[in-house]
Order: sequence, then structure tokens, then C-alpha cells
Amino acid sequence: MCGSLARRTLGAMAVGDDAELLGRLRAGDERAFGEIVREWSPLLLRVAGSFVSTHASAEECVQEAWLGVIRGLDRFEGRSRLRTWVVRILVNVARRRAERDGRVIPWSALVEESGPTVDPRRFRGPGERWAGGWTEQGAPREWEPEAVLLAGEAMALLLRGLEELPPRQRAVVTLHDVHGLSAEEVCAVLELSHGNQRVLLHRGRARLRQLLEDYHRPTVEMAAS
Amino acid sequence: MTAPGLPCVEVVELVSDYLDGVLDGEMRRRMQEHLALCPACRVYVEQVRDTVRALGRLPEDELPEHAVTELEAAFAAFRRGAP
Repeated sequence: MCGSLARRTLGAMAVGDDAELLGRLRAGDERAFGEIVREWSPLLLRVAGSFVSTHASAEECVQEAWLGVIRGLDRFEGRSRLRTWVVRILVNVARRRAERDGRVIPWSALVEESGPTVDPRRFRGPGERWAGGWTEQGAPREWEPEAVLLAGEAMALLLRGLEELPPRQRAVVTLHDVHGLSAEEVCAVLELSHGNQRVLLHRGRARLRQLLEDYHRPTVEMAAS
Repeated sequence: MTAPGLPCVEVVELVSDYLDGVLDGEMRRRMQEHLALCPACRVYVEQVRDTVRALGRLPEDELPEHAVTELEAAFAAFRRGAP
């Protein structure tokens, strides 16, 4: 459902169905190729950014991935969506690159943080009346209208916050919420279980919401502090 | 501030699944009951929704045009050479 909230709906709607697109590409239709390069590269750049440390590296990964697509096009078997296949090629390129640069911890070995996503001090303790409910100080307050949220400063903050998320959260939030991939596509691209994908998305979103809340309420006072 | 049933502290951990429509029927019903009675959690849910919406509107980062042109040329060259 959240995918539909995303502004960008790549893939089927934008470039026609996969079979038609694949047919055009295999027939050497340069225009079709140029279209998908322009349309999918913003997504690929951001995904590459969750693996490598510089923008220049991300661009190189994306170019290398497209060269892989060009070479592999005739071997594509259509078991996934074309876009999913392209993103997977990019992920493989970016992972190799990150390993070569000595930057990467094996993806599977990453221990993401666990525990509550909202500061427990914002809720009433077990012995209290209405235990587990928001305290008066801890309860979230309404933000300003969306227009304000979308103003440059808040968006810049959100972009930085996204870049600072733990890598797997960043990759999942980027694919799902920024670029509107379905949960199934995200799992396929990143080789995650559905459950893991859900947890990573939840934690990433909660952290970014907190960031925006801090921006709107810089002087939140915790009841317990 | 607490509505009966699910406590707020649990509601905040279910928000993402709730918004994406992947909670099972029983849990979804309990969420809806809670939200009907708890303005603070309604605010929280809206804020997560706003955050997701804002993420979908982040400015795009594009591949430089010269890189696109090079890739188009590489594509054309490869297809010409392909059987």
C-alpha cells in the first residue's frame, strides 16, 4: 500500500510491459535502451550509494551494471521482472566494488539494532496507571502542514537521514519507499526474507520519522529526563 | 491517553505493517480500535505516513548525460555485433 504513496512508479506503467520492452531491446532499439537508462538510473544510483562510499563510485557501479545488462540481455530468462534483474546486477556490482574497497561487512553478518523504535521513556511504566500509554510529555504533537514538511530544509534533512541509516535499512527504505518497488521485488533484489524486509522497513521509517520530529520539535522534553 | 486493548507502546511497533496493509485481520481490527480512541497514536501513524510520502518525493539523482550517451553507444555497438 505504501508503494502507491511513492511518486515514482517505474516499470510497467512507465515503459510498457516487460515482454514488449525486452523485444525492443533485443531488436537493438536504442531509444528503448536510453529510456530505461534514464528512468532506472536514479534508483540504481541510490541503491549503489548504500554499498559504496562516494558518489563517483556509485556512478561507476551504475555504468558497469548497465554494461552487464547490455552483455546479458540475451541470457535474461524472464524469471523476474526486467527491472528486478537490472537492480540485482547493480547490487552484485556494488557489493563486489565495496568488498574490493574493503568497505563492506558481509551483508548477512550485519547485526542491526533491535529493541523499541520509540524511546521507552515516552511511555508510562508498568506500575503506572495506563501502563504502556504515552506520557503527557512523550505524546507526539502534530506537525506543521505537509507543505512545510516538503520544504527544502526538511527534505535535505530526510535525505541525510536516509544516507545515515544502517546499510540494510537504507537499501530497503530506498527501494520500497523512495522508488516504489513492491515488497516482493525488494526481497528478490536484496535476497531478504519477507519478515526481515518488514523489520528493516519498519525500523528505517521509525528512525526517519524521529528525525523529522526532532526537526519540528527541537526542544522536546522527556518526562523522565 | 491509553485506549483499551493494545497499549500505545505496542501500537508504534505495528505502524509500518498497518500502513502497508500486511497486518492480519485480528491485529488490524485491534489497531483500528486503538486508533479510534487514541489521538496521540493517530498523530504518530500520520507522521509515519507523512515520512513515507516525503521519501517518495526526494529529489532524484541522475546519471550525467555523457554517461547515458556512452551507454547508448555501447548498447548500439553490442547489438550490431550480436548474432
